[in-house]
Amino acid sequence: MTVLVGPNTKAIVQGITGREGSFHAQRMLEYGTKIVGGVTPGKGGATVHGLPVFDTVEEAVKATGADTSVVFVPAKFAAEAVYEAVDAGVKLVVVITEHIPIHDTLKFVNYARARGVNVIGPNCPGIVAPPVKVKLGIMPNNIYQVPGRIGMVSRSGTLTYEISYQLVRAGLGINTAIGVGGDPIVGTDLVEATLMMARDPDIDAIVVIGEVGGDAEERLAKLYAEGAIKKPLVGYVAGRTAPPEKRMGHAGAIVMLGSGDANGKVKALREAGIPVADTPMEVPQLVLKAIRK
Amino acid sequence: MKLYEYEAKEILAKYGVKIPRGRLALTPEEVRKIAEEIGKPVVLKAQVTVAGRGKAGGIKTAKTPQEAEELARRMFGMTIKGLVVKKLYVTEYQEVEREMYLSLIIDRATRRYLILASPMGGVDIEEIARKEPEKIKRVYVDPFEGLRDFHIRSVVSWLGIKAGTPQWDQASSVVKAMYRAMTELEAELVESNPLAVTKSGEVVPLDARIIVDDNSLYKHPDLEKAFEEDPRDVTEFERYAQRIGFNYVELDGDVGIIGNGAGLTMSTMDLVYHFGGRPANFLDIGGGASRDVVKEALKVLLKHPRVKSIFINIFGGITRADEVAAGIEAALAEVGSSGKKIVVRIKGTNEELGKQMLAKSGIPLFESAEEAAQKAVEMARL
Repeated sequence: MTVLVGPNTKAIVQGITGREGSFHAQRMLEYGTKIVGGVTPGKGGATVHGLPVFDTVEEAVKATGADTSVVFVPAKFAAEAVYEAVDAGVKLVVVITEHIPIHDTLKFVNYARARGVNVIGPNCPGIVAPPVKVKLGIMPNNIYQVPGRIGMVSRSGTLTYEISYQLVRAGLGINTAIGVGGDPIVGTDLVEATLMMARDPDIDAIVVIGEVGGDAEERLAKLYAEGAIKKPLVGYVAGRTAPPEKRMGHAGAIVMLGSGDANGKVKALREAGIPVADTPMEVPQLVLKAIRK
Repeated sequence: MKLYEYEAKEILAKYGVKIPRGRLALTPEEVRKIAEEIGKPVVLKAQVTVAGRGKAGGIKTAKTPQEAEELARRMFGMTIKGLVVKKLYVTEYQEVEREMYLSLIIDRATRRYLILASPMGGVDIEEIARKEPEKIKRVYVDPFEGLRDFHIRSVVSWLGIKAGTPQWDQASSVVKAMYRAMTELEAELVESNPLAVTKSGEVVPLDARIIVDDNSLYKHPDLEKAFEEDPRDVTEFERYAQRIGFNYVELDGDVGIIGNGAGLTMSTMDLVYHFGGRPANFLDIGGGASRDVVKEALKVLLKHPRVKSIFINIFGGITRADEVAAGIEAALAEVGSSGKKIVVRIKGTNEELGKQMLAKSGIPLFESAEEAAQKAVEMARL
C-alpha cells in the first residue's frame, strides 16, 4: 500500500486556470496522476489540458467523482478554497499555496480535521507515491520514477528532492514521500505523517527531515522512545546554524521563546535511538544500515 | 511584524487594560516635558524590537525631569543589537511587589491558542522553563469556541491572585485583552513580561510585546502602514531582498550562501559549518527563480564586504539550471567577482545546459555538495 493516496485516487485542481495551477496540473498528468478536472470560480465550462473546469468544487466532484483536491489558489482565497473542498466531500486536500495567514490556516485545518478530512500543507510540495504513480503537488517527476519501500516525511521541499535523489542513487526506491509544509500550523504534521507511514506494511524505513522551529521532532523522538513506532527511522535536521528569532525562509522555521533550536532536535532524536545524519548525503548509508539490522 | 512596546501597550489599553502612565518621546526635551507632566520618577525605555534591551542599557530610571533629559541625551542614538534607538517611551516608575509572566501563542501540536502563565516573571520564559518548569501553566483555547470564563479563572488563579479582589478583575481584563489582541490583530505572539502586581496593589503590564503575522498584514491596513513607515528590526537589506523575491538573513561568517528552498539553503549553511567554515548569510532564491532574481541575489553577495567565497547550491525542480547559470553570468558581467571565489553545485532540471554555460565562464563546478562546501571553506581561508 501507499500512504493517503492509492491507485484509485482521483483529483481536481483548485486554481487550475492560474499560472502555477495550470503548469503543475500538466506535470501531475504526465507523472500518471488521475487529474480529472479543475475549479476556478467564474471560469466554469473552460478546458485546461483537455480537463473540464468547473465554477464550484461541488459541481466538479459530482461530475468527476474526485475524492481529492490540490489547492493552488492565491493566499487570500486559499482558506475559502479549503472550506469549499471539505464541504463538497473530498477526503484529502493538498494545499500548495504559500503565505496563507496563520489564523486562517488554524481554522480551516481544525474544520477539516473535525470532519475527517486530511489536509497536507499549506506551503508544501505535496505528496508523491511512485508505486501507484500518484503525485499531488510540485515535486520534480524525474526523481520519483523508482518505486520502493522507503517512506519520507519532510518539512522542506527541495531538501526532500535532494535526499530522495540520494536514496534513489543508492538503490533505494520510495513508497510515499510527504512534504508536510513549512508553516507553523499544518494539516498533517511531521509526527502524524510518520505514524501513518509506520502503519503501512509496505514501508520498511522512514526518513524524517526536520528543520529549526517548533517541537515536532522532539515529540516524534518521545513517541519513538516509548515504542510507539516499531520501524527504523533515520533523521536529518536542517538549520543547525540558524540564529534565534529569525525566520529562515519558511514561516515555521523560527526559534521562538527559546524553543525550536535544531541542535536540540538532533539531540532529542539521537537520545531516542534514532540515527541522525550530519549531512543530507549521509542519509542513504544510515537507511541501508537501519534496514539490514 | 513586531510592534513596539508602546504600540502593544496602547492596544491593550484600548481593550480595557490599565497601563502605566506614559508617552512616546523623540527628543530629550520631550522626555523632560513628559517627566514633568508625570511629576514622579520615570522609566525611560528604548523602543527597539529585540529582546534583552534592559541588559544592553536600554532601560533607565530617572528621579527628576532634569535627570531624565540627561539620560535621554545618552540613550538616543545608542545601538542595541544593531538597532539605533530613535524612540524612548517615558512611563511613570512603579514600585513592584511581584512579577508574573503571561503570553499567548498558537500551539503547533494541538492547533489551538495556548496561554502560558507563570507566577514567576521578569526573566525570559526559556529561563523559567529551564529552572522551574512546574511553574508554567498551559491553558489551551479552541479557535472556534474562543476564550471562556473558566480559561480566565484557571490562568488568573495560577498567577496567585485571590478571587474577589480588585487584582482578580484587573488580571482577568489583561487575559481578555491579550486574547483579543491575539485574534483581532492576527498575532503570532502576545506577551506581557513582566506583568506586575505593584506595591499600590494593582495588576499592571510593565512590558508588552506583540508580533503580528506578516501574511495577514493586508487585512490590517493601519499596521501595514506603520510597518511601511518604520520597518523596525527588518534591515533595509532584508526588505530589498523581499522586494526582489528572495529570502535573506544576515549571519556573521565569511562564506556566502545561495540555495533554492528554505530547507536546502539551511542545509547548505550547515554543510559549510560542518566543514569548519562560517556561513555569512542565508539566501534562498525560492522556487522557479528567474535569471534576474539569481543575478540580483549573487550581486548582493559579490558586493558584501565580509564575504570571501560564495557557495551556490541548487537542486532544481521548477528552478532551471540554465536560468541559474544565466543569472550567475549576468551578475559577474555587471559587477565582477571583486576577488571572491564562487563554487557551484547544480542538479536537476536542465542540469547539462547550465553546466555547459558555467564551464565556459570558468566557474568551478562540483557534483557533490560536500566537496563544493569544502572547497568554499578552503577558498574563504585564502
